[in-house]
Amino acid sequence: MRVLVIVKASDESEAGIMPNTELLSAMGNYNEELVKAGVMLMGEGLATSAEGKRVRFEGKKRTVIDGPFAETKELIAGFWLWQVRSMNEAVEWLRRAPFDGGTEVEIRRVFEADDFGEEFTPELREQEERVWTQASENAKRNG
Amino acid sequence: MDAGVREREAERVSEAAAREAIDAVWRIESARLIAGLTRMVGDLGMAEDLAQDALVVALEKWPESGVPDNPGAWLMATAKHRALDHFRRSRMLDRRHQDLKVRLEAEHRDPEGEMHAALDDFIGDDLLRLVFTTCHPVLAPEARVALTLRLLGGLTTEEIARAFLVPVKTLQQRIVRAKRTLREARVPFEVPPPTEAGERLESVLEVIYLVFNEGYTATAGEDWVRPALCQEALRLGRIVAELAPEEPEVHGLVALMEIQASRLRARRGPGGEPVLLMDQDRARWDHLLIRRGLAALERAEALGRPLGPYWLQGAIAACHARAATPEDTDWERIVALYDALAQVFPSPVVELNRAVGVAMAYGPEAGLELVEGLVAEPALEGYHWLPSVRADLLAKLGRYGEARAELEHAASLARNETERTLLLERADGLPQDALIQGDGP
Repeated sequence: MRVLVIVKASDESEAGIMPNTELLSAMGNYNEELVKAGVMLMGEGLATSAEGKRVRFEGKKRTVIDGPFAETKELIAGFWLWQVRSMNEAVEWLRRAPFDGGTEVEIRRVFEADDFGEEFTPELREQEERVWTQASENAKRNG
Repeated sequence: MDAGVREREAERVSEAAAREAIDAVWRIESARLIAGLTRMVGDLGMAEDLAQDALVVALEKWPESGVPDNPGAWLMATAKHRALDHFRRSRMLDRRHQDLKVRLEAEHRDPEGEMHAALDDFIGDDLLRLVFTTCHPVLAPEARVALTLRLLGGLTTEEIARAFLVPVKTLQQRIVRAKRTLREARVPFEVPPPTEAGERLESVLEVIYLVFNEGYTATAGEDWVRPALCQEALRLGRIVAELAPEEPEVHGLVALMEIQASRLRARRGPGGEPVLLMDQDRARWDHLLIRRGLAALERAEALGRPLGPYWLQGAIAACHARAATPEDTDWERIVALYDALAQVFPSPVVELNRAVGVAMAYGPEAGLELVEGLVAEPALEGYHWLPSVRADLLAKLGRYGEARAELEHAASLARNETERTLLLERADGLPQDALIQGDGP
């Protein structure tokens, strides 16, 4: 399963204060660990909401609202997309992250129900993929 | 609560919650734990037993004490204690284990000592040694797969058995035998020397791709576990790519799997029927995986070394992945890549796929000429894909009668009812449909 790991904004992040070198290096190590474990699919940090925009939809009307936005705790400062086997595994990975100071990080499951499951009915195989399997089998035989 | 123990919540964690947390810890830590222990005690089977013992202790203690701050280090320390107990009990120790006992005793007196630090540095190497050991050519392919998923992937025997549709007992025996084979063959726990490196790496990649294909082609079974095998294979591939980043073929394999996996949800229609590559809704492709696949191809190229079969297959898959519509497919590049693939591993199946590419790039006549040359190929005898491709090309040239005969021949070779029906339907539809969409690679 995939999870989105959402790092909430703080007063510091919203003020555009960059983390200190120590934290940056700890975060670098942590990211490296996630990559080495084959867990991290992507991860990005976000600029402050001062650079952000919102669009409000009402009927046919579109209203553009400029940042910054007030409710700091509800804002997002960064995110990861992880591939894990379970929510527990995601929690266990997140516990190892070098956050501090009351930071809250949220884990949400990404819907991908249609990826796997009932679609993989028995006996239904695609020719294309079988050719690949065959090709690799042949490669093994010939190689 | 001990000083080093983190409070999860105000109240004590329930046993079930602890059990789940321990499962998660095990999946994250077990490979490193077993790898480190194998290097210490020199035997994979014993290392796994020690790790399992440590897990049992964790299952007893953690529900009470909570999960420690550094569960991996805790498990390692506990396993080492068990090793020490074991060595103290046994009177007959060989030289190697005598030395190890002395070291463990020293460490036991000074647990914060240097060995911990030294151990951490080794982790990457140990994992790489572990992969090369579980994928050792001395083992049968299915034994390699089982051992790799269990020891490197952290899957349970039950999960692996379910994924491969074999009884748990069979799988247990397979793993026990594999460990015994490694012991009896005195397989050293090492990254292979340069003289063997190529062949040994090939074996590792083969195991990973085998797992992937087991999930991808899903020959039988409706369990979610089987498609999940694709994820396990991808994860193993991504791990090995970081362990051996200098190997272009590792990135090639990762690219191939990422791009193939990107099509998983587009491969079946609403009724569960297979949807051929050219007919797939490309909006349903997973563009994150495609991007990762393309990046892996570039990573391999940047190494500036000769590119192998996995890379080439990944690059062919990438030609499709890059095309926004089927018409945008760069068939000329696909033909060029098949040329290169045929060089590094000549195979009639590659030739057949190349012929499809040639037909798409340079017209059905050119493709058909190549296909005709393959008809006498013994390796393709009984392979329904050959008459099926031939039928497509004949139909494109307006030779419907011959095309129909080929499709009927293909149907007689099909391996299941669904396939047969699809082929016969195509035969039935022939005269009306002047053009049949090609089944691209």
